[in-house]
Amino acid sequence: MTLVLRMIAQRLALGLLTLFVVSLIIFGATELLPGDFAEAVLGQAATPETVAAIRRELGLDQPFYIRYVDWLWGAVQFDFGSSLAQRGRPVADMILGRLGNTLFLALYAAAMAVPLALMLGILAALWRNSLFDRVTNSSALSAISFPEFFVAYILIYILAQGGWFPSMARMPASADLGEKLYRSFLPALTLTLVVTAHMMRMTRAAIINLLSSPYIEMARLKGMRPSRVIVHHALPNAIAPIVNVVAINLAYLITGVVVVEVVFVYPGLGQLMVDSVSRRDIPVVQAVALIFAAAYVLLNLTADVISTLSNPRLMYRK
Amino acid sequence: MKNPILPRGITRRGVLKGATALGAAGLILPASYRKAAAEPRRGGVMRIAMGHGNTSDNLDPATWDNAYVQVMASTIHNYLTEIDTDGTLAPEIAESWEASADAATWTFRIREGVTFHSGRTVTPEDVVASINHHRGEDSGSAAKPIVDPITDIQIDGQYVIFTLEAGNADFPFIMSDYHLPIMPSTDGRIDPRSADGCGGYVMQSFEPGVEAHMTRNPDYWKPNRAHVDEVIMLPIIDAAARQNALITGEVDVIDRVDLNTVHLLERSPNIRVISVPGTQHYTFVMDSRVEPFTDNNVRLALKYAVNRQQLVDTVLSGYGVVGNDHPIGRSNRYFADELEQRELDPERARYHLQQAGLDSLDVSLSASDAAFGGAVDAAVLFSETAAQAGININVVREPSDGYWSNVWMVKPFTAVYWGGRPTEDWMFSTAYATGAAWNDGFWDHERFNQLLSEARSELDEDRRREMYVDMQSIVRDEGSTVIPMFANYVMAVSDTIATPDDIGANWTMDGFRAPERWWMA
Repeated sequence: MTLVLRMIAQRLALGLLTLFVVSLIIFGATELLPGDFAEAVLGQAATPETVAAIRRELGLDQPFYIRYVDWLWGAVQFDFGSSLAQRGRPVADMILGRLGNTLFLALYAAAMAVPLALMLGILAALWRNSLFDRVTNSSALSAISFPEFFVAYILIYILAQGGWFPSMARMPASADLGEKLYRSFLPALTLTLVVTAHMMRMTRAAIINLLSSPYIEMARLKGMRPSRVIVHHALPNAIAPIVNVVAINLAYLITGVVVVEVVFVYPGLGQLMVDSVSRRDIPVVQAVALIFAAAYVLLNLTADVISTLSNPRLMYRK
Repeated sequence: MKNPILPRGITRRGVLKGATALGAAGLILPASYRKAAAEPRRGGVMRIAMGHGNTSDNLDPATWDNAYVQVMASTIHNYLTEIDTDGTLAPEIAESWEASADAATWTFRIREGVTFHSGRTVTPEDVVASINHHRGEDSGSAAKPIVDPITDIQIDGQYVIFTLEAGNADFPFIMSDYHLPIMPSTDGRIDPRSADGCGGYVMQSFEPGVEAHMTRNPDYWKPNRAHVDEVIMLPIIDAAARQNALITGEVDVIDRVDLNTVHLLERSPNIRVISVPGTQHYTFVMDSRVEPFTDNNVRLALKYAVNRQQLVDTVLSGYGVVGNDHPIGRSNRYFADELEQRELDPERARYHLQQAGLDSLDVSLSASDAAFGGAVDAAVLFSETAAQAGININVVREPSDGYWSNVWMVKPFTAVYWGGRPTEDWMFSTAYATGAAWNDGFWDHERFNQLLSEARSELDEDRRREMYVDMQSIVRDEGSTVIPMFANYVMAVSDTIATPDDIGANWTMDGFRAPERWWMA
């Protein structure tokens, strides 16, 4: 167990280093983008004097490294500065509500997608090469092959224009959980369709891979039922690859759903990130990028911990 | 043979003429533009989905740059003046105004008894502070260029006196600009983060990029305006999502209808498409300082090489009118009806090329959908018709991101979108006067500049009209801008919404005033 704890501590330290590198890369990348906040916010209406005035006011005329060090100094004290576009509004204040929305949608989609994918994967492995296996495989593959917005439009066409669910996932402030689940059902379903295939096929492949092992053959020779063989003997050993794929997909649900947010008018982090990049609102871009990076770091860490715990050879190695 | 039905004095030709005029009027004012409406009704919640708006929007008038904040601003704020639906100027916070003989000093009488949402009375000091917010060295305001000519602002009792560096007969029009709302001030400064205003609605909550929620101002001074109880404004950037929201009844009004699918929307029984021909126009601008565009013959060749009607029919799906290479729209006061409409004429184009001493012409045209929706398609269509005249236009698809800072006014030949301006002088001084910040053709025409400054301080209507017609003709024939089309403002409402007979054409959404002027049926 100390091994696991030490691993977690080590990984978190490395994670912090990763976040630092990410912040440096993001800052540098936004610096490489043509134009800055002053030009972006004035757009067609920019004149040299007004651009210069805005730069002076916001300190954008300072060199790159001074602005970065300023930002970093604040960030290590958990002060992510204030947005350039919403003068004086703390970045944390802009992000918190949207982070909640993003996590809500990610969890909602994950709660549908993960059990569904595992179940379908196990069943497909159990009845492999059957009609069920083929139908599941091909429909999951087609769902993942369509672009997200296309899946979203199809769902809107059938379920929203049919009057079953709202086409917009806009929440009244007073919405209770049931209302929230109802209003955001279509985006969650879209994401479920998009991420299920990956997890399902990994589950199926990992289990089938194990089915040719000698210990599985032994279990079969004892006369055990195929479902019991899979759930009790194959699945525990297949956990490591499955958990890794699940972690990647969960991270995707948090970081990569801007298209779904746009189509369903869902106020999540993705839209904030895109708007802020196009406005060169660097404090917001940095903070959101760090959240996304942290999501990957933490989910990967969790996946590693679970695979280690599931494998005694890793737990008790000497 | 005589026609016995028609009384004397009406000839066949006269009837045809009348019919053509009627037809032309029909073209300019599509059926949906005029709709019989009942008396405005109080109450209800108007939900509006706009095609603009993002998380960077804020309450500071200096930064307003998209239709979402512009409509929101006109809903919670009032201005000194208001542009009426017929394009004339109406009083708002300014009760009346008058100019000195040289039109360089303007005196506005501030309306008494108007209160802000916070309960304070609107004073001349507030007016001065609201305008000063955009002036001065440290101003980063997008409106700085339009208030720059103000050299001094004085208060005299209930009057505010503006002194300009030169005469400007249209100055009261400029005071209606969306950047210049009247906001409460303390110590001569307004608070740009405050939503307090003196408009028809009170801001209850504003989450940028998500929602603005406004309720009716119970003390609003205008009778027969601000009919609904609540206004909810949502930014829905995705055109299909916006249309879906209207079809499924999640919202009542949408703007920026996608012209590729507008015919599908028109078939919906409960939805009315509102199309208003305004001053919004799309241009291809040439840098007149750069070869080969220094030669007016080359510029004319390009102007004769574009099929305007085809662009209106395909890029705008018919929701627009052809342009005549000058930026003045049909809703402007001094639109030059008498100028001949320029058409596609490959022979003329070839002739002008020869005059310029060229057999053929190779140019690159930079376009992006940031310039206007369908700009790349329009550029490709342009290049195809130009090929008939021996002009080879190489269409360069530029990135949308940073288009206004890296392509526009940088590359020599670019596609551009202009929202248009309510007055001729404003439009010309913004983009055609020598040295103007946004003179994107870097065009320099002595007589034009002279006419422009003369007309600006001319108070005689007929004389002004003559001069503006002259200027339109100069820009058309010698300017550095191809202006093939004027795009209508296309909106759609569900049958829960009623609108007045006339809808403002100066900006989208009834001159940004839809929440104040429209009501629930």
